[in-house]
Amino acid sequence: MSKNKVLLTDPLDDNNPITVQVLGICSALAITVQLKAAIVMSLSVIAVMAASNVTISILRDLIPNRIRIIVQLVVVASMVVLVDQVLRAYAYDVSKELSIFIGLIITNCIVMGRLEAFALGNGVWRSFLDGVGNAFGYAWILILVAFFRELLGSGKLLGIQAIPDFIYEMGYVDNGLMLLSPMALITVGLIIWVQRSRNRKLIEQG
Amino acid sequence: MDYANLFIKSIFIENMVFAYFLGMCSYLAVSKTVKTSIGMGFAVIFVLTITVPLNFLIDQYLLQAGALKWIGPEYAELDLSFLSFIMFIAVIASMVQLVEMIVEKFSPALYGALGIFLPLIAVNCAILGGSLFMQIKDFSGITESAIYGFGSGVGWLLAIVAIAAIREKIAYSNVPAPLKGLGITFIITGLMAIGFMSFMGIKL
Repeated sequence: MSKNKVLLTDPLDDNNPITVQVLGICSALAITVQLKAAIVMSLSVIAVMAASNVTISILRDLIPNRIRIIVQLVVVASMVVLVDQVLRAYAYDVSKELSIFIGLIITNCIVMGRLEAFALGNGVWRSFLDGVGNAFGYAWILILVAFFRELLGSGKLLGIQAIPDFIYEMGYVDNGLMLLSPMALITVGLIIWVQRSRNRKLIEQG
Repeated sequence: MDYANLFIKSIFIENMVFAYFLGMCSYLAVSKTVKTSIGMGFAVIFVLTITVPLNFLIDQYLLQAGALKWIGPEYAELDLSFLSFIMFIAVIASMVQLVEMIVEKFSPALYGALGIFLPLIAVNCAILGGSLFMQIKDFSGITESAIYGFGSGVGWLLAIVAIAAIREKIAYSNVPAPLKGLGITFIITGLMAIGFMSFMGIKL
């Protein structure tokens, strides 16, 4: 049991997909302007990862080694199509905002990476836990970045004003740069800095 | 004139790495030395220039709403665009495989240089991103989409070579230990992206 628990908790910090394994950066940066989009994206990634990890794990003995990449891509792509259609049906405005980034979950290396590294060699239940754990590790970084960018960039959280009016009256101005792409990179860089100075065994040598 | 405008725009203003963060995974993984990053950059240009126009044709004549009209009037109402993710990724994966085989057969030297990077490219988000942006942008012809694909590839090459050169130099600098490697690369990329923002508004 404790071994299974590690599968869930390890990706949250020590083996975080974004800050340590360096997987799935593309979407982590692009859709973090608003908290809402980031949360929807996280949920989509959690669903896709859990489903495709389970599917590949069920099929793992049937997939010929040479064509496994194509099989993985097809499985992931079908899951993403499902998620995309659900979003279009029930959350059209968010789906418009995420534009191509839902489609890009297919090539999000975090999904392929975990399929390749874990689901191909492990049982169904463990693969499910690994998928969910890694997706949560991804999700919380995403939400953290989006939190800072929306708060400092537009003074709002989830579209509701978060910085009270009297601060604006004292001369505080929203930092428009936070909404632009460069600050996403710098925010992630700072998060990595904080995490590694807390957790010194992650520091890169040389 | 319009083509030149599109070309410049796709290199500088809508740079894959700095504006949309596409292909970040390989951008971070392969940018340790200038030499390998040049190889990777050319492989990306190559594949993007081929797959974007190809997917444009598929989108135009198979997937879009009403695209199947050329078979017969009774197919005019079909809309297969929900299949576009699967189609695009299948085209990309098979093109990459094909390109790999052709290069291996006809130019072993180039294969030696690009060899390891080609399979990696199938899962590079910049490639799929190029095709998906092409779908959103509604290009009017195959030339436009080819120029867009080529320009985006050049932009990506520019970005990865620049960061690789900086990383080679920064190896000698005294960076705070927790920031070493990944952290400082992110921050530098952010600063470069601020630099690239100054291209905004350039029109030919």
